[in-house]
Amino acid sequence: MTTNKGNIILSDVSKIYSNGTVGLEDINLTFNHGEFVMIVGLSGSGKSTLLRAINRLHDVSTGTILINGEDITNASGNKLHKLRRSVAMIFQNYNLVKTSSVYRNVMSGRVGYYPAWKSAFGIFTKEDKAMAVANLKRVNLLDKYYVKAKDLSGGQQQRVGIARAMMQEPSVILADEPVSGLDPKTTKLVMNDLKRLNEEDGITIVLNVHSIGLALKYASRIVGLKNGRIVYDKFIEDVDKRDFKEIYREAGDLSDNGEADDEPNNP
Amino acid sequence: MITRKRSLYQHIRPYLVVTLAMVIIAWAFSGIQFTGIKDSAGQILGAILSGLCHPDWSFVYSGHGEDLTSALLETLAIAFLGTIVSAIIAVPFAFWAAKVTKGFSLRSTTGKLILTIIRVFPELVLAIMFIKAVGPGAFAGVLAMGVHSIGMMGKLFSEGIENLNRGPEEAVIAAGGSRIDTLNWATLPAMVPEFINYTLYRFEIAVRSASILGIVGAGGVGAPLIFALSTRWWSRVGIILIGIIVMVTVIDWVSGAIRQNLLK
Amino acid sequence: MNQTIPKRPFIKEWHVKGYIIFLLLNFALILSARITEVGQDFSSEQFFDLFVKMAHPDWSFLPSIITPLLQTVQMAIVGTVIGGLIAIPVALLAAKNIVRNPFVRFTVRFIMNLIRSIPEMLLAALFVAVVGIGVLSGVGALSVFSFGMMFKLLYEAIETIDQGPIEAMRAAGGNHTQIVVFAVIPQVLNQYLSFVLYTLEINVRSSAVLGYLGAGGIGLYLNTTLETFRYDRTAVVILGILVVVILVDVLSNKTREALS
Repeated sequence: MTTNKGNIILSDVSKIYSNGTVGLEDINLTFNHGEFVMIVGLSGSGKSTLLRAINRLHDVSTGTILINGEDITNASGNKLHKLRRSVAMIFQNYNLVKTSSVYRNVMSGRVGYYPAWKSAFGIFTKEDKAMAVANLKRVNLLDKYYVKAKDLSGGQQQRVGIARAMMQEPSVILADEPVSGLDPKTTKLVMNDLKRLNEEDGITIVLNVHSIGLALKYASRIVGLKNGRIVYDKFIEDVDKRDFKEIYREAGDLSDNGEADDEPNNP
Repeated sequence: MITRKRSLYQHIRPYLVVTLAMVIIAWAFSGIQFTGIKDSAGQILGAILSGLCHPDWSFVYSGHGEDLTSALLETLAIAFLGTIVSAIIAVPFAFWAAKVTKGFSLRSTTGKLILTIIRVFPELVLAIMFIKAVGPGAFAGVLAMGVHSIGMMGKLFSEGIENLNRGPEEAVIAAGGSRIDTLNWATLPAMVPEFINYTLYRFEIAVRSASILGIVGAGGVGAPLIFALSTRWWSRVGIILIGIIVMVTVIDWVSGAIRQNLLK
Repeated sequence: MNQTIPKRPFIKEWHVKGYIIFLLLNFALILSARITEVGQDFSSEQFFDLFVKMAHPDWSFLPSIITPLLQTVQMAIVGTVIGGLIAIPVALLAAKNIVRNPFVRFTVRFIMNLIRSIPEMLLAALFVAVVGIGVLSGVGALSVFSFGMMFKLLYEAIETIDQGPIEAMRAAGGNHTQIVVFAVIPQVLNQYLSFVLYTLEINVRSSAVLGYLGAGGIGLYLNTTLETFRYDRTAVVILGILVVVILVDVLSNKTREALS
């Protein structure tokens, strides 16, 4: 397992919805350990479906998805839970329990490591409680430990989401439009947090964005999706900014400005 | 200016609807005979009003249980027990009846059906049925109130579950949580404040209903009221009415304050 | 990076409030159970005997309950209409953005709160005592109940309307009647109609039992069949009520959807 840690291999993945809509078509992708992949595409291009398929929040119609060398598409029960555990997810709407404290929300990322009855009664090891503290420290929110999630700003909620994801000790983090509701300054904070996890902990990050500017700034590799197909896949060294004009012209949108473009990247 | 041509039907539809409503209302009024008021109506109304102004204060507390205070306490006890116990029982029913997936669900449909059947039985009828089983008294009232409340709260709770944001559940699933984890860490924590809110709301209604259960002999303040009404003991009718109004008002006020605090 | 977990006061750290509430709730439950003498012998035989009888409905009774069922609906409609109409002027008097005089507003609200605190079955008992046994008592009780309910829904709706049109009318020198007719009514009309339908749904349910006290409608048949131990007929009555309630709910829901 260690040799494959942080690798994701999608082979011939297609997703056709019951009403006939094609969500994904013939996706073949290999994400390697430590990559920071940004998936760009218009809404409806299938990028959200792709991320959700990797964690099997959505089932695919055909094809296989290997996580750390193991197939998640036909896993079930404990094996599925364990595979999901190694792939953390960060959501556009943060998906915190609004009426629960920050601590409980962060701890909920750890439930995959405990039998249900233990986590239900809040029986966690000292180490795991310390880990929650450490992860909250990393996103600079330890002072909000007891605060209810609904009393946090959007950016703070998303950083709680990151701390929760870290509780899984994941080898991969999937982030579905994690900054789309945030202002440029908060976007930068969240993106820098993710970048640090990628660089310091070697976690593979696969992230959906609207903004090509953001992708150019943070990604080590950019994948373009259109109508469920891969139309672009290059490492950042090979990327030409003009490449994307095509994709965005079709939507009549050239206004992409990459929220934090003007400042140099210093993670 | 752009004017869209409307079909004849669209033109006359408002008039049709109004006419239909008028016909229905006319039909309804035609079925009610607005005559036949008792000759003594004015006199009795006067007597009740004077009873309200000169209530029988001695009935408030007598010290041996046959007074307004104990009748009101019994009413509150029926409402409280009935509501709390059925709130707990209603939770599994609510999960049974909640429809969280698109399309037909046998589980949800049967659950909803059962809750509907429970709700159909008016509390008074339930009370009579339970009196058969346990004899007259407040216990029968508690059972009637409890069963009816399961139907009401099961419905409210299940709608609450249906309207719940599914995001946090998804997050727990994505973290490798089992179904039980999802319930413990996402669904229940988000639902509990809503459940409490609905329960308090139901309690407000239950207090009102419990005050009439006595009419059929199922305990509470209803029995002395009916007795006072039938014996034309107006000063006593007055004090009982005042008692009920004060009780309901206080409960509404307290419950409302808690609910406001809760949803903040 | 020298953050630590924030300190919480003792009361919060040990969830003192939670435990106290839990204890109080249990205490109240035990007290209630003692007051209501919970735990008497439950004669399931008697109870299920009733169910068994109800499971064999006497369908021949059906024709004789059609008229009272319809009468129940009529009572509910009339009560809703009367209560709904009277509620309009009174709700205007209680709305902050219409009546500036706080004394008037609070007096109206106080009286209305008192009226709303009387359970409708109690209203029915009072009406039967005053007016006499019959449909009219039921209509009276439902009217007063609808009045209270419509009042509350309506004045809250009026208070949340857009102030702009009202101010425009005031600036144009409109009097009170003109303001209400041109600035308030158009804004709340749809909501008002939807409230009327909602109240009607509730009234249909309650008018079905009002007859138990002699206030007209199908409830009388609940009473008589139960008292003569004809549970097979009670079942028919309850099913009849169920059908009517569902029909009215469905029609009313469809109309309300069309309104919004």
